[in-house]
Amino acid sequence: MATQTLVEVQTTNYLNEKTGIMSWLFTTDHKRIGLLYIFSITFFFFFGGLFAVLMRIHLLTPRGLIFDHETYNKLFTMHGIIMVWFFLIPSIPNTLGNFVLPMMIGAKDLAFPKLNLLSWYIFMLGGLVTLYAITRGGVDTGWTFYTPFSTLYSTTFVIAAALGILIAGFSSILTGLNFIATVHRMRAPGLTWFRLPIFIWSMYATSVILVLATPVLAITLAMVAVERVFRVGIFDPALGGDPLLFQHMFWFYSHPAVYIMILPAMAVVSEIIPAFSRKPLFGYKAVAFSSVAIAVVGFLVWGHHMFVAGISVYSAMVFSLLSYAVAVPSAIKVFNWTTTLYKGSIDMKAPLLYAIGFIALFTIGGMTGLMLAAIGLDVHVTDTYFVIAHFHYIMVGGSVMAFLGGIHYWWPKISGRMYPEFLAQLCAITIFIGFNLTFFPQFVLGYLGMPRRYAAYPPEFQVLNVLSTAGASILGVGYIVPLIYLIWSWRYGEKASSNPWRATGLEWKTSSPPPTHNFERTPIVTWDAYDYEAQKEELQLG
Amino acid sequence: MIPLALILQGSVTHEYDALFWSIVALCTVVAIAIASFLIFCAWHYRRREPDEIPPQIRMNIPLEATWIAVPTVIFACMFVYGSKLFFDIERPPDNTEDVYVIAKQWMWKLQHVGGQREINTLHVPVGRSIRMNMISADVIHSFYVPAFRIKQDVLPGRYTTIWFRAQTPGTYHLFCSEYCGTEHSQMIGWVYAMDPKDYQLWLEQGGAEGSLASTGEKYFHQFGCSNCHHFDGHGPGPSLAGLFGHAVQTEEGRVVLADESYIRDKILNPSAKVPQGFKSTVMPTFKGQLNEDEITALIAYIKAIGPRQGSEMPSGPGEQLGDYGGVMPDLSQPAAPPTPTPNPGGVH
Repeated sequence: MATQTLVEVQTTNYLNEKTGIMSWLFTTDHKRIGLLYIFSITFFFFFGGLFAVLMRIHLLTPRGLIFDHETYNKLFTMHGIIMVWFFLIPSIPNTLGNFVLPMMIGAKDLAFPKLNLLSWYIFMLGGLVTLYAITRGGVDTGWTFYTPFSTLYSTTFVIAAALGILIAGFSSILTGLNFIATVHRMRAPGLTWFRLPIFIWSMYATSVILVLATPVLAITLAMVAVERVFRVGIFDPALGGDPLLFQHMFWFYSHPAVYIMILPAMAVVSEIIPAFSRKPLFGYKAVAFSSVAIAVVGFLVWGHHMFVAGISVYSAMVFSLLSYAVAVPSAIKVFNWTTTLYKGSIDMKAPLLYAIGFIALFTIGGMTGLMLAAIGLDVHVTDTYFVIAHFHYIMVGGSVMAFLGGIHYWWPKISGRMYPEFLAQLCAITIFIGFNLTFFPQFVLGYLGMPRRYAAYPPEFQVLNVLSTAGASILGVGYIVPLIYLIWSWRYGEKASSNPWRATGLEWKTSSPPPTHNFERTPIVTWDAYDYEAQKEELQLG
Repeated sequence: MIPLALILQGSVTHEYDALFWSIVALCTVVAIAIASFLIFCAWHYRRREPDEIPPQIRMNIPLEATWIAVPTVIFACMFVYGSKLFFDIERPPDNTEDVYVIAKQWMWKLQHVGGQREINTLHVPVGRSIRMNMISADVIHSFYVPAFRIKQDVLPGRYTTIWFRAQTPGTYHLFCSEYCGTEHSQMIGWVYAMDPKDYQLWLEQGGAEGSLASTGEKYFHQFGCSNCHHFDGHGPGPSLAGLFGHAVQTEEGRVVLADESYIRDKILNPSAKVPQGFKSTVMPTFKGQLNEDEITALIAYIKAIGPRQGSEMPSGPGEQLGDYGGVMPDLSQPAAPPTPTPNPGGVH
């Protein structure tokens, strides 16, 4: 019981070593910065979620229940902007990634702790500028900022919103750089590349995308601002520009951005499944290389957003083929996760429920992605609710499920307390049901032809819209309850041992919550990732 | 109440739905297999002893190879069928009837070759292939008829095209599906697919002041095009007789197809893609002087000028109007001469 004793002796940890607001605002501890991010993105999640709820209520009736069309257009724009750039992109990397990545590789902190803090400040500055745009009257361009509407026709706060996103982008770049440097330079002795947990592989792949793709977004948004302010013809044909140039540049960032959102989710699931089945992740190398393949090929598929935009038939075919190519590594991952459970010792705790929910919803999202990648099929369903449903299955069904799974999985480490298990299981199931009820009807709506971004719709679509709104109300409850019980458990939860799941990662070899410098002694790694056999004695198994 | 788009209504609807539902069926089988396996494992391998350690299975190369190879083959098939369907959706057959579409915030302006104008409605005969030649006057819009399974973005500054053939008489939704501003959701209309006889009747009651080409002819003189572009070829500019649908050899040594986009480009930006032999001739630009309606009419006129020198105006719409037979014409040789199309119902 060596580890248990350690917890009792250990009294100072990263949470209580220093106190006071300044100790948080000027911290360079990756764990505290991770917590700062958790607070920030939770705020943005419920803010963006509020817009979603208002939209769903509005769509209860064909003519729209509450808002005029302009307000509705602003709602879906701001929902998209906040959820994509201020929740999904930073969600797992900047919270869980920040918190556990250094511990997983046996490091004291990230390679550049001050840069890490700067990245949070930049993120918050970007968030504040975007909130300014929203409170001053909002934006109505859609989160995609398509030109020439965004540059010459919209009369809303386009530049302020674009500036907020541009600023937040620098935060992404800094985080990406920090992770790359950390993984290269700070691994514990003996922790070779092929001994790294898949979480690290996926986070590394994510960081590469963050660093390479985000600058293109910055350039694109700057060009929008230049055309809007100085009337320089870049995108508007009336000024001599090309509107499709914008779409190429925007999706050159925004498609890889989809992988920025989903690779970290895959990272979390790849940790949870071995931990709750007590088995190494099946096909470790295949899963690791899949992450890299997704990051690389993901840069070459942006044109699949533009099949009906007016690109040539032959370029559409190339993008279709490459889109199928990027689907292969995703399929490989699904099969490997599933097979890991085979002959395991499965403990269906809340994190595993979330992970299995992730597999189910990601699979549906991925399969509908196969349909959208078939160019001929894309024509009818693109820009309809079919696409809305498809990417919410990936982004919400995938990324948010994994994020919640990860928060629960590492909660004992983060807070030093256990969350209420039964309530957590109940919420995981509620979210799964609410999610499907919200978004499955949208596949049908899209197939029947309801376009996206419609403030009012033909009456025959009402039944499915009402169903979707009903589902959203269940989903909303499923999201609010964990917020309440996690806050509760921070104070009143049962004290957590250093390794309540008896998992194999290095982060479980230090106390809960960990000391400021993570480890008393730098660990020396002599085993492969998820190696229960090698750690049998230590984990008291068998 | 308009019936939902579940029965065969457009030329590709059947083909589309066949592929769509085949993939749905395949995916459903795979999804159920995965779900069953997950549920089986979750129950059958549930933890029985708190300290138990299961067999540590790490890798199975043949298994990995199988689930890399099988999806790859299936995806390749999806790619092939999806692309084939796309070609059917994109490539218009010969003998289409043209409709000119101008999209603007927030309405659809449609014009038939006979000169009939419509706003937010489109009347078409069933069984006839209709080719939409579309341009936007402001932002990007998208022409979407769910029942026909077709959609194409409508861009400012250049033409895009889409075609369909209605199969069953009826009324079908027309939506704008690319977000275009405040009243995006109101940029909707109806496609009336009519029995050819009814369509004939509709055309005759359409109140057109003259065919689109004859309006174009008026502009051709009014804007001074006819001063330089003589049909006998002796004017300062090239003769436009029989130009449409043919390959043009440019000064830069490129070969371009004289389609709607080319003619529009030449009107607005004459100094680019100059035909061989006309390098020294300077044509003024009409940028900012012509609106999209006027350009459309001019194109319809140039399209209608037959190959014969100094030919008179065709008497009815479509009489001399040909169309090149695909979106990817072979530019290595001059395109075939325009095929005369049967008169779908001349307006006199």
